[in-house]
Amino acid sequence: MTTLASTEFASSTLGKVLLSPRGGLSALCLAIVIICAVFAPLVSPYQYDIQNLPLANREPSWAHWMGTDEFGRDLLSRIIHGARTSLTVAVVAIGISVAIGMSLGAAAGYFGGLFDRLVTAAVDLSWSFPEILIALILIAIVGPGLGSTMIAIGIAYLAQFTRLTRAQVMALKNETYIEATKNLGAGHFHIIFRHLLPNALPPVIVAGMLATGNAIILEATLGFFGLGAQPPTPSWGGMMSSGTAQIFIAPWIIIFPGLAIAITVIAINLFGDAIIEALDIRNRLRDA
Amino acid sequence: MLGYIIKRLLQLIPVFIVVSMIIFSIIHLVPGDPIDSMMQIGSTPEQRAELTARYGLDKPLPVQYGIWLAKMLRGDLGEAIILRQPVTALIAQNLPHSLLLGVLALAFSTIVGIVAGALAAVFKDSWIDRSVMTLILLGSTVPSFWLGLLLILLFAVQLGWFPVSGARTWSALVLPVLAIGLGGIALVARVTRVAMLDIARRDFVMMLHAKGLSRWRIQFGHILRHALLPVVTILSLRIGWILGGAVTIEYVFARPGLGSLLITSLNQRDYPVVQGCLLMLAIAVMLGTLIGDLVQAAMDPRVRDSST
Repeated sequence: MTTLASTEFASSTLGKVLLSPRGGLSALCLAIVIICAVFAPLVSPYQYDIQNLPLANREPSWAHWMGTDEFGRDLLSRIIHGARTSLTVAVVAIGISVAIGMSLGAAAGYFGGLFDRLVTAAVDLSWSFPEILIALILIAIVGPGLGSTMIAIGIAYLAQFTRLTRAQVMALKNETYIEATKNLGAGHFHIIFRHLLPNALPPVIVAGMLATGNAIILEATLGFFGLGAQPPTPSWGGMMSSGTAQIFIAPWIIIFPGLAIAITVIAINLFGDAIIEALDIRNRLRDA
Repeated sequence: MLGYIIKRLLQLIPVFIVVSMIIFSIIHLVPGDPIDSMMQIGSTPEQRAELTARYGLDKPLPVQYGIWLAKMLRGDLGEAIILRQPVTALIAQNLPHSLLLGVLALAFSTIVGIVAGALAAVFKDSWIDRSVMTLILLGSTVPSFWLGLLLILLFAVQLGWFPVSGARTWSALVLPVLAIGLGGIALVARVTRVAMLDIARRDFVMMLHAKGLSRWRIQFGHILRHALLPVVTILSLRIGWILGGAVTIEYVFARPGLGSLLITSLNQRDYPVVQGCLLMLAIAVMLGTLIGDLVQAAMDPRVRDSST
């Protein structure tokens, strides 16, 4: 019985991902980051906002594994709480992108006509602009802060999901089973939400996951510019920004938050890659 | 080719109009009265009236846009609120620095990326290939501003080889170009590698082997030449990303440039400067993409034929 269950697990998509070396390792890294983000107050050794000026800019030690910042705050605790900020912003932003992008892309691909041409023109227009520039334009409008960062990043990545979903829906809408559903009298809403989108979902989910990694970098960049989370909320980019003034005396303030970003993003990319392999959808992603 | 150039230039006009409308609307979409966000603490009602009149904010929106566009085309982008200088003058001071950095970073990442990608393809599955693949992974995952800070830490603070910040000497360009370049190298190397491996499987390559040509001549004289086309395609699509990298890196290295000016103005809410910088950056991205397209069309007749 156990053998049968373990064979079933090994042949399932999740099993294939977790049992591959890079999938397993990246899943472990991601699990640690997510646990830190969710249980930040429980796992961080100190409170993230308690200042202790006599302990300012202390190098890593047993008491403070990653050292302290210019206000004597424990860097490890701030990085753990920063994980919460970064992940929340990235996940919410990409959630906004996926939700709006899928709706626009599905409607454009399914109905075609003028609406499709307008959506395609808007997507093509934003495609050549770097996400950072789109995000900066939006921040200029909405103003700096955590909420506006989420909106800015969400809109910056919109084109990607609209394009991907549109391509998937265009490919699927002429399939025989869709024709059959139409002939049975199903409405547009039913066809799009019950048949087209569920089938278009796997590549979008994987693309969404990979985009979450890029969104973490974009959030950190905006935070570094002072346009993201405002103090005292800890964010990885914001920590590095304040660390630049201490670069000669406390380089660890810059090194550790950057390392946290790099490890998280590499883990997301490797995990996404492992899912692409397991689902065998590389061609669908590339064609879109 | 001339027809293609004219066609592509004409295509830019609607794009420019849409982008300029979005940038124009920034000042109207900011929460609250745009004049409130422009006024400094302690401003008088007279100053408020003067600002309203100067920006023509009492006129209908389409008229305001027309006036703004006409002024902009004459090179008048208004006056900076905090720096109290014409925005055009500020841009003229900063633009050459950004252009130099962007062009150098683009050239560096293209050349190194092609060489790295070609070596990885030729020595597939060797340690060279694995090193290039690791570089690609790092280049696409490490934030460029963090890389810039690490380069400052190692080469400027610890070793003292290059200046920490500024733009007074040529050596001050080395670290910023490296920091922007890694992302670009990753992109170019990945495309070159995949394209070369794909072309190596084609029939004409087998023919070249049968003719007895040396391995190096086939790889670099034939396969790489064909592989350059997708590289140019991807570069023309992603040229904006490299320019976007310049925005971030200027700020990290405290270099003068449009990026630094934009970020500082955004933090100070100096909207005329923000609009001017965003407009110039958008134009740079559009022109960069256009140049990329033209290079692609010059290399591949199918591109210009398919679009005429």
